[in-house]
Formats: sequence, C-alpha cells, structure tokens
Amino acid sequence: MAFLHAVSTGKSATKSVLKSRSLTPYLLLAPGLIWLVTFFIIPIFSLGSTSTMVRPEGAQIGVYVQELRFANYVDAFLANQDQYIRSFVYAGLATILALLIAYPLAYAIAFKSGKYRNILLVLVIAPFFTSFLLRTIAWTQILADSGPVVSAIKVLPFIDDLFRINNTSTAVVIGLAYNFLPFMTLPLYASLERIDPRTLEAAGDLYANGLTTFRKVTLPLSMPGLVAGTLLTFIPAAGDYVNAAILGNPGTKMIGNVIESRFFAVVDYPTAAALSFTLMATILILVTVYIRRSGTDELV
Amino acid sequence: MTTINAPMPSLSHRASRWFSRNLIRIYAALAFIYLFIPVAYTFAFSFNDAGKSNLVWQGFTLENWQNPCGAPQVCQAVVNSLQIGVISTVLATILGTMIAFALGRYKFKGRKSTNLLIFLPMATPEVVLGASLLAMFLNLRVNPGFWTIVISHVMFCISFVVVTVKARIASLDPRLEQAAMDLYANERETFRYVTLPLVMPGIAGAALLAFSLSFDDFIITNFNSGVVSTFPKFVYVSAARGIPAQAYVIGSAMFFIALIIVIVGQVVSRKRKKI
Repeated sequence: MAFLHAVSTGKSATKSVLKSRSLTPYLLLAPGLIWLVTFFIIPIFSLGSTSTMVRPEGAQIGVYVQELRFANYVDAFLANQDQYIRSFVYAGLATILALLIAYPLAYAIAFKSGKYRNILLVLVIAPFFTSFLLRTIAWTQILADSGPVVSAIKVLPFIDDLFRINNTSTAVVIGLAYNFLPFMTLPLYASLERIDPRTLEAAGDLYANGLTTFRKVTLPLSMPGLVAGTLLTFIPAAGDYVNAAILGNPGTKMIGNVIESRFFAVVDYPTAAALSFTLMATILILVTVYIRRSGTDELV
Repeated sequence: MTTINAPMPSLSHRASRWFSRNLIRIYAALAFIYLFIPVAYTFAFSFNDAGKSNLVWQGFTLENWQNPCGAPQVCQAVVNSLQIGVISTVLATILGTMIAFALGRYKFKGRKSTNLLIFLPMATPEVVLGASLLAMFLNLRVNPGFWTIVISHVMFCISFVVVTVKARIASLDPRLEQAAMDLYANERETFRYVTLPLVMPGIAGAALLAFSLSFDDFIITNFNSGVVSTFPKFVYVSAARGIPAQAYVIGSAMFFIALIIVIVGQVVSRKRKKI
C-alpha cells in the first residue's frame, strides 16, 4: 500500500523539509479529521448504541428505546450464524481466487510488459469505469443456464444435465473475486515493480531454479503487496451483499444481505446494528492478527 | 541468448518452448479477457433493440444511444450521481490533500492516531459504514437525502485521497524545494511555484479516484439516500423487473469518457516530462 511507499522513500528525504513546533499541521489536519470523527467515529458509537435498544410494547414500527440489552448480540448471532460464517468462507475463497488470477497478471505487467506497462495498468483499472452493478448483472447473463459458459461445460463428459452456475455459491464467489480483482492486482504490482530484476538474475546465478527463485526471492519481496491486496479484497468481500443478491439464491445469503434486509425490509434496527458491529469487530481482529503474522506491521 | 550454435530444434519442441516461455503472458491475456468480458457484454447490449427488459438479444439498434434519456428516471438518477460526485470529489480532495501535506511535510504529535483514523474507514466494510451513518441519522432524526449522500461519500473518499497524494509527496525530490529556497523564494512562493505543481498529478489522480468511487458507490448510498435515486441505485432497483438498455448506454459511455480522460492525462504528463 502507499503507506509503505511513503515510509520507505520519505523518511530520509523529507527530513530537511520537516518543520516542527508550528500550528500549521494542526490547521491542515483539522477540517478533514473533524469530518472523519463526525461522520465515521461518532456513527460507530451510534451504531453501538442502537444495537442494545429494544422496541417497547405496542410502539410504532421503527421506534426503539435504549435498554442496554446486550442479549441482542446473542439473539442476532444465533439467528444468523449460517450467513455469518458463509460470509467469511465466501470472502476467503474469493480472495484466494483473486490472488491466483492477480499474481501472475501483476507479475507479467511488472516484468514482461516493456513499453506497454502503463497501457496495461490502465486496462486493469478500466473495467471499473463501467458501473460494477451492470458488470455483475452481465455475469448473470454470461453464466446463465442457456448461456455460453454453461453450454460449453455441458459438452464435457460426466457433466450432469442439471449443471448450472447461476444462482449458486460458485457464481457468488466468481462475482466477488471479479469485482475486487483490481484491488488485489494494483498493490501486488506496486511491490513487484520495485523488485530489482538483477536480484532475480543473481538468484539464477547462484543455481536457484525458477521455482526456488520465486519461493525464496520474489514471493518474500512481494509480501507487502500480497498482504495489502488480500486485505483490500477480503474486507469488502466479507461485507458485500450485492453479489449474493444478484448472483446467488436464498441459500447463499451473506451477512450483508441480512443487515440490509433487517434495516429496510424488517425495520429491525437493533439486530442490524448488532450484526454490523460484530462484523466490524471480527474483521478488525482478523486483520490485526493477519498483519502481525505476516510481519508487515508498518502497513498502518 | 545462447541458442546461436545450438542445432535447430524440432517444430513441436520449439512450440512447447515458446509456450512455456510465454506462459505468463498467455495467462495475463486470459486474465484481461476475464476482466473485460462483462464490459464488452454491457457495450454490446447497449445496442440491443430490447424494449423494457434488456435480457435477451433482440436485434441491433442505435436508438438507445440516440435517446439515452428514453427510459423513465434514468437521466434524473445520472444527474444526481454527477452532482453528488462533483461536490464530494471537490470536498474530499481539498480535505484529503490538506491532511496529506500535514503528514508528508510536518512533524507533529498524534501522527500515529491520525494514520489510524485514515486507515480505519478503508478497513471497514461498506455495509458497516453505511449502517452506522444511517443509525446516527436515525438517532438524530435526520431524514436521509441528497446531502446525507454527499456527507457519506466525502467520508469514505478522504482516506483514498490522503493515501494517493501522500505517496506523491513522498516521491518528490526535496532538493527541488531546497533549490527554490536557495534562489530566494520564500516558503509560500516555494509551495506555490514548486511543490504544488509537482504534487498536482497526484491530486488529479486522487480526484479522479474519488469521483469514480463516488459515482459507482451503491452500498453506502443505498443506506443514506432516502428516496433520492442515484445511477447505481437505479440499476439495482430496476434489476428486479429488467434494466432498460439506456442504462447500458450510460455505463458504456462512462467507460469511454473515463478511459479518454486517463489516456489524455498520461499523454499530457509524458509531454511535460520531455520538456
């Protein structure tokens, strides 16, 4: 991530220009940080407050009062644990799939693209410019039961006539991996691009074969990009509900779908808030453990 | 290459060697096909003579492109999205650039917590950002609408602006600023005539990123929009009963407009480097 870049290149270079003991940095920070505190931090507390509210007997729909009922969390989790676990399984599978697609792609752009490098980078981001909802809906057509992909697979032997992709968990995972692929590719590219090709040649000179060079040199050096990319894919994927809503079926609902329907269809704010809070806490814990384990603490 | 003196290998051998040497390029090409299939599909179906529901190919027509506002409410949604995108981009770019300069150019207490506050919104799923902001608006009895969408978009765009601009500031050669100072430019002049122009490409990139994030956002918007429609919201809502082909026209047009902006930007910056 760019943080790393800033840390590694900026430290010695900016020393001479750093000014201290002045009010200027605080004046520069204030407006943006006030915005973030007001519309990000305080809402998180608001969410926490809503999560322990209770609907009084006979009250109107959507009216809740604070009773600090922490059992809301237990109720919400027990009623939705399938969707909860499914979210992390799908997000994990989508992250692995995206990594398998993005790593060779980023490697090819960093080392094999020559003068076409900038064009290829633009092409990685370009699909983003078409609304992601339209692209997700396009996948439902491409993976449709009578569509080209399913028809092609059905030609193979041992494939059941009832074989389908649309409205299955496979389709949801494909959609998630697709939608967050640039988030995986760009950080991977950023850290691969900074590897000096001579280090790879040196590994070859020291009789490392291609696989050993990759395992001992390329992969460790690309670790920061790999960590950033997997996080940037996993986090939004775990909270996503669009892919499950468009490409899945009622049995592939993720926690995001539950939160959305609790908020809007059922108007059960406390349950929705409790689920959101649990999701956020789980992700923060996973992210912290993951960053510690992978030894890239300087990421934040 | 050391193949000059080697005997001519057989054709199948050469083919397999070409294949293994270019394996990674072939793989990358396949990945690009995967990336672009839905875009190509969207573009193709923008020419579909579809009527109300654009699901099956009915025949070629230019009518959707000639009359992109033909479907009810499409253009109102696009106008809303454009307005929200522009206002959010301007605000987020100004606020984020200021933070990036503070982080990249000054020593101050609280740098760690500032970095954490910038990082957290990016590490929080959109559904949580959207739900928490809506919970606050509900608790304060604020009715969601146009301005609550703007507030939410500025909030999630700031972090991306900070990260982008900060990286650009960090990559500057500080000797350029020192040279300006040596030539008797004061601090303000140095900033105005040296630092800011050098950071400008980063700021422009950040603004483009913020606009595309805002224009394409659905989840946070859906939570905080009340009855106001945006283009992604229009697509999602109409998905149930069939999306009009005009939406595909707008999706494709946005793709080409953004691509042109990026390519022009690259060409301009390359020309400047040559001078």
